[in-house]
Formats: sequence, C-alpha cells, structure tokens
Amino acid sequence: MQFQFANQGLAWSDAYFLAQGLVNTVRLAVTATIIGTLAGIVLGWVRTVSVTMRIATSPFIDILRSVPMIIQLILANSFLSILGLGASPFWFGTVALSAWMAAVTAEVVRAGLLSVPVQYRKSARSLGMNGFQELVHISMPLAFRTALTPWIGLVLSLIKDSALAGVVGYVEYMRATQILITRTHETWLLLIGAGLFYFIICYPVSRYSRRLERKIVV
Amino acid sequence: MIEIRDVRKTFGILAVLKGINLDVNKGELLCLIGASGSGKSTLLQCINGLEPIQGGEIVVDGISVHDPKTNINMLRRKLGIVFQQYNAFPHLTALENVALAPRVVAKRSRKEARALAQKHLDHVGLGNKADSLPSQMSGGQQQRLAIARALAMEPSYMLFDEVTSALDPELVGEVLETMRLLKSEGMTMVVVTHDINFARESADRVAFLHQGEVCEIGTAEEVIDNPQKEQTQKFLRREKRRPLEVA
Repeated sequence: MQFQFANQGLAWSDAYFLAQGLVNTVRLAVTATIIGTLAGIVLGWVRTVSVTMRIATSPFIDILRSVPMIIQLILANSFLSILGLGASPFWFGTVALSAWMAAVTAEVVRAGLLSVPVQYRKSARSLGMNGFQELVHISMPLAFRTALTPWIGLVLSLIKDSALAGVVGYVEYMRATQILITRTHETWLLLIGAGLFYFIICYPVSRYSRRLERKIVV
Repeated sequence: MIEIRDVRKTFGILAVLKGINLDVNKGELLCLIGASGSGKSTLLQCINGLEPIQGGEIVVDGISVHDPKTNINMLRRKLGIVFQQYNAFPHLTALENVALAPRVVAKRSRKEARALAQKHLDHVGLGNKADSLPSQMSGGQQQRLAIARALAMEPSYMLFDEVTSALDPELVGEVLETMRLLKSEGMTMVVVTHDINFARESADRVAFLHQGEVCEIGTAEEVIDNPQKEQTQKFLRREKRRPLEVA
C-alpha cells in the first residue's frame, strides 16, 4: 500500500501562505521599530542627563545588547508564560524586538546628543530657552543628523532579526518558508526566494536613508 | 543697570575672578580688555548666568542673576550675548535662526516671529541672506547673524565675547560696523575685545582686567592713552606690538 501526501510539491496556494508570512514580518518589524525607537529616544536622553541615570539603566542596555536575540525571545516567551501573561506570539515577538531596539537605539541617541557641540546649547540657553526647549529645537535635530546612519543600520538588523520570532510561534516570513521547506523539500528555491524578499524589504530602507543623509548634510 | 559686586569665581583651585566690582550704566559701551586668562570672558558669561559664581552678586535691573529664585530664562531675554565662535544653528536658515527664540521663548506667532526676524536681518545687513544656511555664509555674516539673533529677543543689554577674534581680518570690519551701529542707537553694551583701536574709538569706558581683578577703569583716553598702572602699561605695549591680524 502506498501513502501519498496531498500537496507534496509547491503549489500556487503556497504563495498566499508566504504572502501572509511576509505581511507578518513587515507588521512585526514596523511595530517594533516604532515602539523601540520612541522608547530608545527617551532612554538615550535619560542616559545623558546624569551619571546616576546612566548607571541605573546600564544593566538593561548591556544585557539586551549582548545576549543573542534567539535566547531573549525564548526566555521572554517562557517568563511571560510562567507569569501568566499569556499573549499572542505577535506580542511576544514585538516585546522582545522592541526591547532590543530600545536598548540599541538608546546608545545611538546618546552618542548623537553628546556629539552636539556645547556652544550651540549655550547659545540656545543664552537666548532664554529652557533645557527642554533647547533639547527639542537644537540638540535633537542636530543629534538626528549624527544618529540617522547608525539608526538605519539598526532598523535593517531588526528586520532580519524578526526572522527569529518564529521560535515563539509567530509565523512570519522565515517561519512560513521553513514550514514549506519541511513539506516540499524545495530548500534552494524557497530560501533564495526568502533571501530575495528580505533584500527587497531592506534595500529601499537603506536607499532612502542615503537620500535623506544627502539632504540633511550640514 | 548691571551691578557687579565682589564677584568671585573659581574653577577647582584656580581663582579666575577675585572680587570684581563694576557697574555698567544704561546706554554706555564698556570695553573689557586684558590678557588671555585675565577672566574677562568668564565675567561676561557670569553676567547672564551661563557660569555659576562662588561669591558676590551680579544684579541686572534690580534682579540678582545667581539667586536660585530668579527665573534665569526670563532674565536672559534682557541680556543678548554673542560669542567668539559664531554658533549659528547649522540646521536652520538665517531667518529661522533669528525667528526661533522669539517663537519658542517669547511665544510670538510664527508669522510675527518671521517678520521680526526679517527686520533684524535687514538691520545687520543680511536681509538678502534670509534663506541661506549658515554653511553658505562667511564668518563675518555668521557673526552678524548671531548679533541679529540676540537682538530679536529685544534685549536691554548686549554682551560681546571677543566676537572678532575668530574672523579673517578682512571680515572684522563688517562686524565692528554693526556694533558701532548698535552703539549709535543707544544700546548698552559690554564688549570683551583684543581690539584696542575699537576700544579707543567706541568705548565710553574701558576696564583693564588683570589676573581676575579690575586693575584700572576709566574713559578710553585715561586707560588706553594714559594708563596709570604698570600692568596696564605693559599690557598695552605688548598689544600695540601685536601683528594686525589679531586686532
């Protein structure tokens, strides 16, 4: 007696499955970029305020920057589950990736703020601006120029790292690809396709950033 | 009126100001001269509270600058300052540089602030540079921009901290011209300078600072042409021998 699996080879219906994975990847990356960047800006600024704040926030930054993403994802998943904070795989992925993004963005923002020459800040204060006004109108825009390029690098890393969110059960593009590989054994075709799609997502980001850099160069 | 009473300032163990007493009267141009390290720039930055002091008091129109209860941001609107480095905000056009503080600090509407900014740019002769970025302007233009930016807050006093020292010699004239214009309009000015000629022709009074103290003070004729103290004489002999480019 012979067993035969249905849909053994690649079929057109699989394209829909992959497209869903792609949408999930973009959704995860965009959400984590936004949350992580906003949190990172606040955290980065806090770290320039005083030595105490810098030391207090260091463990968060150092651990998230140094521990591999896949371990963070699995640990976050386990801990949150143990704590009974059951949530969707999307939110586990978002929390882990956002936390990482916040930590690395914070350092980029801090470096950007420290690179603002003190004379501009002094000029702003001499015109009667308070510290917050100076931060918003002078330091932040100037820091943005310095921080943009490294920040784009972080976004690209984040998009690629989102591929690891599969380990907490989130079916993003990489996970979708793996599922199809397991079923069809079309390893080459699917992986090349996946690589191509990540490239198609990342390349415009890096192109756009280069245009932006040229536009804002001082 | 600015009253400086026994002001002391130290950086660590280094005493920079050792009890300065000085009055700046309404409408006068007071030049502070002295060797590098004599404390003149520091004194200027103490006047608008950019530098803390360790003793004494600075009173501007009856308000003590370093009193913790003083709203320093409010007080600074009275005290325009221009630094040696031009410090024009590099990400803003000339007009935006001038309009920023009136909009953000004085809460003028965007339109009002821009009109005001244009007026002050015209005033310093940069009316046609409104849309230029600082990087597209010469040092002299950037320094005049810094003057316009300070004037836009409509201060009662203008402080100048060696504003021509970082400029190429051919650009010094236009900045001094702008300062003379302000003086002719009756602005009260405190000018830290190495330019003895400017001090002689424009200053109502000249104070010579030596090692953190006011060594000699009086009219330009008294202090520059007829100095009484030995340190002043020595300093002026040295300055006159200096090549023109540091004028």
